[in-house]
Amino acid sequence: MADTGDCLAVTALNLARRFGQRATMWCLAPQWPEHARHVAVEFVHPVVVGKRALPAVSIDAADPVAALRALVRAGDVILVMSRSDEPAVRAVVRRAVAWGATTIWMGCGPRPPAGAADHIVWADDDGDDPHGSAVHDGRLVLLYHVLWELTHVCFEHPGLLTAVGDAECLDGDVCVTCSDEGRVGEVIDTDGAGSTVVRTSRGIETIDTTIVDVVAPGDLVLIHAGAAIAEVP
Amino acid sequence: MSDATDFLYPFIEADERDTGALLLDLGESARSKVRTSAALRQATLARSTSVIDTAAEAMSERFARGGRLFVFGNGGSSTDAASLAALFLQPPWGQPLPARALVDDSAVLTAIGNDVGFDLVFSRQLIAHAAEADIAIGLSTSGNSRNLLYAFEEASGRGLLTIGIAGYSGGEMARSPHVQHCLLVDDDSVHRIQETQAALGFALWSEVQSRRSANDPARRSGDDDVG
Repeated sequence: MADTGDCLAVTALNLARRFGQRATMWCLAPQWPEHARHVAVEFVHPVVVGKRALPAVSIDAADPVAALRALVRAGDVILVMSRSDEPAVRAVVRRAVAWGATTIWMGCGPRPPAGAADHIVWADDDGDDPHGSAVHDGRLVLLYHVLWELTHVCFEHPGLLTAVGDAECLDGDVCVTCSDEGRVGEVIDTDGAGSTVVRTSRGIETIDTTIVDVVAPGDLVLIHAGAAIAEVP
Repeated sequence: MSDATDFLYPFIEADERDTGALLLDLGESARSKVRTSAALRQATLARSTSVIDTAAEAMSERFARGGRLFVFGNGGSSTDAASLAALFLQPPWGQPLPARALVDDSAVLTAIGNDVGFDLVFSRQLIAHAAEADIAIGLSTSGNSRNLLYAFEEASGRGLLTIGIAGYSGGEMARSPHVQHCLLVDDDSVHRIQETQAALGFALWSEVQSRRSANDPARRSGDDDVG
């Protein structure tokens, strides 16, 4: 398994590429909102004079899913910071693919399952931190400080910011996870008779949902050839 | 550009295509920063033991008298102040203690900043809220933030316990007669300073908690004098 340094490296390169494509980074930490604000101020107002200001925003809404659903545009980045069992964060990361957003999950304690987010960067606590001290003793701060530092190193390598790595999922023509093999959509509206409007990373689409159970706004479905073939639990 | 002259321009990054090399460099850089941060934290905590003990003892005495903790700072340090206040108020273990950061209310901050100036955003709040038994903790990497120095002066005049957490050589905060206990992170990277400042705050909190559990009658089983 890649160590924390390697995870930060890959995350920083992808984040720099996203910023290069005019992404905004949305920062959510429901239990530790001050950390989301710290990340935002790092990127918007860098401590190192001469480093470019980058659009990062902390989200402190009562309903973060509803707020992010309205704010996030395809190509954006969502950075969440929480323990792996935080319900609001789990709700955000599982539907971010339908919004076309890249997800970064930072935290401490038990790790989320692999693949729960595009990038998982976890405080290295050797399993001896049941209370999550990393949130308070500077080790979580260290993770996002280093992410900021490495992201700005990437901007010194413009030739590498346009390359398409295997974590890139924006272009449905080249990436199997985004191709019509099975794309994730979030239900916006349904007529109850099998015609349903969904949001996917490509935009708004109308699909057929007659072969799945009744769907409601906010549900996630797997789409193949213009039809929902399964609900995403 | 021809291959024949490329060797003259080794840093034409726009032509760079080796992502693997960059990722290796970034990974090693990240590991190096993590090691540096851990070493600074350990060295600073070891050097600060007596100040932490003294300050934690004084804080415990204030909390026992019904005192409350106010924490403040600017920018990233404002979020570190909020994090420290949250640690006391909603601790991962131990007893919750009354603490809050003076950075969370944008109405208060913009009202004071607009009407009387940003230098007074914290001191003005202390005038409204602070009582003699309370505690003021300010975090600044430079130690020179005017609004923190004014806040310490106001707090000191009102009899509060004052604790400063600063970086570099502590700046004006280290020299201020209004800062009773000053914890320093002797480094010149704002990021590494902030990481270790959080560790110092965590150490302060741990010491206050251990003093409370030592004095908690419910935990002193076998002590006949209790009650």
